[in-house]
Amino acid sequence: MMHKLSIAELSKGLKNKDFSSVELTQHYLDRIAVSELNSYITVTDELALSQAKDADLKIAKGKGTILTGIPYAHKDIFCTKGVKTSAGSKMLDSFISPYDATITEKFNNENMVMLGKTNMDEFAMGSSNENSFYGPVKNPWDQKRVPGGSSGGSAAAVAARIAPFATGTDTGGSIRQPASLCGITGIKPTYGRISRYGMIAYASSLDQAGPLTQSAEDAAIVLNSMSGFDDKDSTSATKETPDYTKNLGNSIKGLKIGLPREFFSEGLDSDVEKVIMQSISEFEAMGAKVHEVSLPNSAYAIPTYYIVALCECSSNLSRFDGVRYGYRCDDPKDLNDLYLRSRSEGFGDEVKRRIMIGTYALSAGYYDAYYLKAQKVRHLISEDFKKAFESVDVIMGPVSPTTAFEIGAVKDSVSMYLADIYTLSANLAGLPGMSIPAGFSNNLPVGLQLIGNHWSEEALLNVAHQFQLQTNWHSQLPVES
Amino acid sequence: MTWETVIGLEIHSQLRTKSKIFSGASTSFGAKPNTQACAVDLGYPGVLPVLNKEAVNMALSFGLAVNAKINQHSIFARKNYFYPDLPKGYQISQFELPIVGQGEIEIPLDDGQNKMVGITRAHLEEDAGKSIHDLYDDFTAIDLNRAGTPLLEIVSEPDMRSAKEAVAYAKKIHALVQYIGICDGNMQEGSFRCDANVSIRKKGDELGTRAELKNINSFKFLEKAINLEVERQIDILEDRGSIVQETRLYDAVKNETRSMRSKEEANDYRYFPDPDLLPVVIDDELLVQIKNSLPELPTEKKIRFIDDFSLSEYDAENLTAQKDIADYFESMIAKGADVKLSANWVMGDLSASLNKNQIEIQDSPISAIELYELITKISDNTISGKIAKDVFKSMWEGKGSVEEIIENQGLKQMTDIDALEGIIDEVVNNNTLQVQQFKDGNSKLLGFFVGQVMKATNGKANPKQVNKILNDKLS
Repeated sequence: MMHKLSIAELSKGLKNKDFSSVELTQHYLDRIAVSELNSYITVTDELALSQAKDADLKIAKGKGTILTGIPYAHKDIFCTKGVKTSAGSKMLDSFISPYDATITEKFNNENMVMLGKTNMDEFAMGSSNENSFYGPVKNPWDQKRVPGGSSGGSAAAVAARIAPFATGTDTGGSIRQPASLCGITGIKPTYGRISRYGMIAYASSLDQAGPLTQSAEDAAIVLNSMSGFDDKDSTSATKETPDYTKNLGNSIKGLKIGLPREFFSEGLDSDVEKVIMQSISEFEAMGAKVHEVSLPNSAYAIPTYYIVALCECSSNLSRFDGVRYGYRCDDPKDLNDLYLRSRSEGFGDEVKRRIMIGTYALSAGYYDAYYLKAQKVRHLISEDFKKAFESVDVIMGPVSPTTAFEIGAVKDSVSMYLADIYTLSANLAGLPGMSIPAGFSNNLPVGLQLIGNHWSEEALLNVAHQFQLQTNWHSQLPVES
Repeated sequence: MTWETVIGLEIHSQLRTKSKIFSGASTSFGAKPNTQACAVDLGYPGVLPVLNKEAVNMALSFGLAVNAKINQHSIFARKNYFYPDLPKGYQISQFELPIVGQGEIEIPLDDGQNKMVGITRAHLEEDAGKSIHDLYDDFTAIDLNRAGTPLLEIVSEPDMRSAKEAVAYAKKIHALVQYIGICDGNMQEGSFRCDANVSIRKKGDELGTRAELKNINSFKFLEKAINLEVERQIDILEDRGSIVQETRLYDAVKNETRSMRSKEEANDYRYFPDPDLLPVVIDDELLVQIKNSLPELPTEKKIRFIDDFSLSEYDAENLTAQKDIADYFESMIAKGADVKLSANWVMGDLSASLNKNQIEIQDSPISAIELYELITKISDNTISGKIAKDVFKSMWEGKGSVEEIIENQGLKQMTDIDALEGIIDEVVNNNTLQVQQFKDGNSKLLGFFVGQVMKATNGKANPKQVNKILNDKLS
């Protein structure tokens, strides 16, 4: 039953020699072997066991950290030296990274144990994990349904407890939305908090890594390890990282919660809304005060996001050209043919769609109307939040307008894009956002979103932890787990 | 019909940083292909650029040296296009907000006048790799050692009116970047490359349609390519044709320019700010620090040479055109060499020999000290200026030191006045006819007598003494 333990509990167990890291790792590998969720692209059994062995030695010497010997699942967007790093794409199916991402390096330095690389929407483009070259991931709460995306494999793995925690990336909701749909805790910190070096870029000004965990407390523990300035990433913040576990126990009496009018309007499933409002009442019972706030430019978040993100992705993905690594078409006739077929055959439809839209929006004559305008609106969206945070401490609302939908149910891209309506703004404004389990609707998990001001991760984790002390939604497990 | 030529230059100057502009890989030239390219240079998935501050400082040095407006907030942008030697599919450059804004530089004209040429901007960017097409029959080879090497692209205003002016400007910039130590100026290795935008118009008209000439790697070719292009454009316009805006490649072997791509075929680079890099913010303190660390600039040096050494404007210009030449000259003067003689020798025999053998002055077989020693032998009348030329030749050929050559070849000037008078008497006695003519007023014949004396002494007589004695004896 080791898999039902939190990171803090696992760490204690390792320290007390209740079990070794090798035993713990083998336990997870055994669970992965029988899982039918398709949440891992690569399982790194051998590497994991050898890392676990090293961890045990370190723990025996009394030298480990709280994370030493703890297994985890790594989203396949983070480069891992000597291990396939595919980003969920045929383009990188053959790509063995020659170097480690900064996050991977940090985890290795703490002698953590990588169980494998998790499935994801191709290049993190998607909200359902259906855009993976390696096939869709199944939601452990209902295997006919999607786990959300793009960190769908990570969320499903943690929800099914076939990893104690997993890494994710969030460009427009890719940590929070799958966390919500799978009933786990996920946090996307402030832009710049975690190094992006070695994280395959989708949209550089929006991408941010974060953990998907069983609880806020676990998230705090992992965030401590992931955060901090990296001289290999110019956009990472030099701001000092606090100990996120230190103030988890603070009272939230008098906490000012803002509910944005725009997050409770047309399009929100009424059952989801009910769950959200119940959790808000829970906070009120804990002494928090609720205020209505307005984020008037929220309506523009979707078009703004899709212009900024797709412009950046059209350029970020140019390096996948079949010349130096990754997929290359057979027998190219000439240079143009090499480019054309390598990219046509190597990328999936959604990726190609986004590259084309982004390329169009950056073209001569359209740049001002699209990219520049979008940047201006992005600024307005930031200003909305700035104003709201003058009167409240935290903004709360739904993560997703619905619970997990069935695989194949959403056919057109635009409808799929609407699934991100509540999460995009935090990325555009660079704000930290979190999803915590808030209840169920028709036996499917519903996540509550917490958005804080810049660098307020500590406060968000405290609020989430206090909620989790009062509720047990986060410890509910899908059947068979 | 007279046409006016209008030229603007874009100069790519490779900055002498130890490592690349966005990675820690080495920038040194000539390493085995693809051994100086790290994951960042190769554009691996997930890598990020980190700006090399040294490159920024060098750009600032240039900006301050041309009195340019420094943009204390500048931005890196991505220039998007596909090419196999461009690993990321975009080049990181600067577009809307370059680090160096409007500046100017003075260039010397043929008529001795000076002219101000405007510098529109100078921006930082990374170089691409190299495509090698002639190594394999069916493949193009790619060497990414150069990918990510820092470049400063210096863009001029269309202020030049002839190929000569364009060359003068290019040489001036070439000298300046070496003066301030930001570029090694090596044109063969591609450290300093020029593209020329050329158009023609009737005087007073609006600017004509321009063609951009690429692939020019020497000043000589720059002049040739521009003149060829001007002729081509004149021919077209005089045939009532029209110029197409295009990029043309200069072929030095065939001495022709040919079309590379027209405006319609040109890439849409889809510039946008690079989200991986923060804006470059320059504080006042850094600017002051860089300004204080700038060495003496060519113009300042020229004024000092005129003031301190009483050199003519022309001599001062020539001697300060290249830092190494100025340094050579100054180390001669520091030893105590005669200024005018030193200037004449450096600009005359030394420059001629260097040019003829295509040697840079720092590699000259005759060092500044050796040339100083030669000149001293002229000043103290050990040898004549004419003999000195022969000594110079022997020194160039490595036949020994000044002393040794003069000694071994018996070139020492005659100091024995009695002996000299004897020879002169002989010359006078043997040429009675000419003596009579001289006395009758044909003063030009003095040269004839000097010549005869020099011939009789194998050039070792002191010309001044010969003149004096002859004048005495013939009057």
